[in-house]
Amino acid sequence: MNAPLAGYNFAYLDEATKRMLRRTILKAVAVPGHQIPFGAREMPLPYGWGTGGIQVTAAILGPADTLKVIDQGADDTTNAISIRRFFTRVAGVATTERTEEATIIQTRHRIPEAALREDQILVYQVPQPEPLSKLEPRRAETKRLHALADYGLMHVRLYEDIARLGHIAKAYDYPVMVNGRYLMSPSPIPAFDNPKMHRMAALQLFGAGREKRIYAIPPYTEVRSLDFEDHPFRPIRAPQACALCGSRESYLDEVITDDRGGRVFVCSDTDYCGTRVAAQKGVA
Amino acid sequence: MLTPGFADPVLHAQAAFRAVLDAMSRPGRVQLAGPGLAPPAPLMRASAAVLLSLADAATPVWHDAGADADAWLRFHAGAPVATTPRDAAFVLATGAPPTLAALDAGTEEEPERGATLLIQVEAIEEGTGLRLTGPGIEHEHRLLVRGLPDGFVAAWAANRALFPRGVDVILCAWDRLAALPRTVAIAEG
Ligand SMILES: [Zn+2]
Repeated sequence: MNAPLAGYNFAYLDEATKRMLRRTILKAVAVPGHQIPFGAREMPLPYGWGTGGIQVTAAILGPADTLKVIDQGADDTTNAISIRRFFTRVAGVATTERTEEATIIQTRHRIPEAALREDQILVYQVPQPEPLSKLEPRRAETKRLHALADYGLMHVRLYEDIARLGHIAKAYDYPVMVNGRYLMSPSPIPAFDNPKMHRMAALQLFGAGREKRIYAIPPYTEVRSLDFEDHPFRPIRAPQACALCGSRESYLDEVITDDRGGRVFVCSDTDYCGTRVAAQKGVA
Repeated sequence: MLTPGFADPVLHAQAAFRAVLDAMSRPGRVQLAGPGLAPPAPLMRASAAVLLSLADAATPVWHDAGADADAWLRFHAGAPVATTPRDAAFVLATGAPPTLAALDAGTEEEPERGATLLIQVEAIEEGTGLRLTGPGIEHEHRLLVRGLPDGFVAAWAANRALFPRGVDVILCAWDRLAALPRTVAIAEG
């Protein structure tokens, strides 16, 4: 552990703010999938840089933790590097790019390919926590709909897709039901990742900075992607194998390789891909 | 003279919170909390650690722990004292607790306002006793509780039926704690 930067409280936030966030997180765990408003603090990073996730991470983080931060599956993007550097400076915690070494993983837009364990916590950065926001913009009304578990609007929206297109046209942020009670946004992860949320061994916490809301999924909790009997949910993946490690199971990004339209598919999870490539080299 | 609170208010509060978070995420699993604390009787270390890490000026606390504990909690946590259990965000019972139905269970729109009830008991042990199922539990957790209030399991079923409203419980035994979030189903062993 490095010495944290002088002049900051551990993990940047003051203790009163941490207590408020911690109380919110505990109630979020007690009511799985329910969005709870909190008094967000100004963070030294702009909205869109994961301030909600950063506040959740800052509230739970301790000196014994090892932090991993991913953005679209990659550890080496500007956003992920900035957040890792921030917590190194203000908390002195160890960081890692290895999923298996991390105790806290803060993520934007992906769930790691490796199955997470009971001793890990996954923190999602959430831009829009309300799954009904595009269908019902009034917060007072969406609160009422959640209270009544009245999710007819969303079923109608998805069924309209099926009627028009023959399938549900939602590849990201595909809504889920948590513990059979609350409709929840999984954040803009690919629908491919949705099944990983179901009965995950790790605790999942969600922080929305601009909208100032926190929600959670406890370990081993039912998470079902919304679907219909005649149109069951199917996670979508490009049919190719990864050009680097050959995986046919992982979620792939399409990468343009030259200015003549050349393109390849590679794993979006850089640690998963790199670990497989290293293992293959070791065998060769 | 008051005994001290957390020797390191920042890191010890974090450790106590993570113990509660683990407990609330995995109902019936026993965690350690407040190992360095020496709160005045009848306060136990675990319940003292929970309140020091989570209660403050924003959270009215109701308790039955007497004057010494009251002075200690006011000084170290700074939480206002609730006049009735129903007005409290945190309720600490060192003796027979108020009934679950007497506490704030929140509203359908804001179930997060449901109170947290700390019950001090004689002992908690994993492996036998109550059978717990629900979110946070892969198959079944078992928790033996010595000193559980009479009628608790029946009262709990009524509390659970209120979901998403409800009260969340933290059982404290000396420096050990286990949580019962409102989602957990409890059957006698
Ligand atoms: Zn790959």
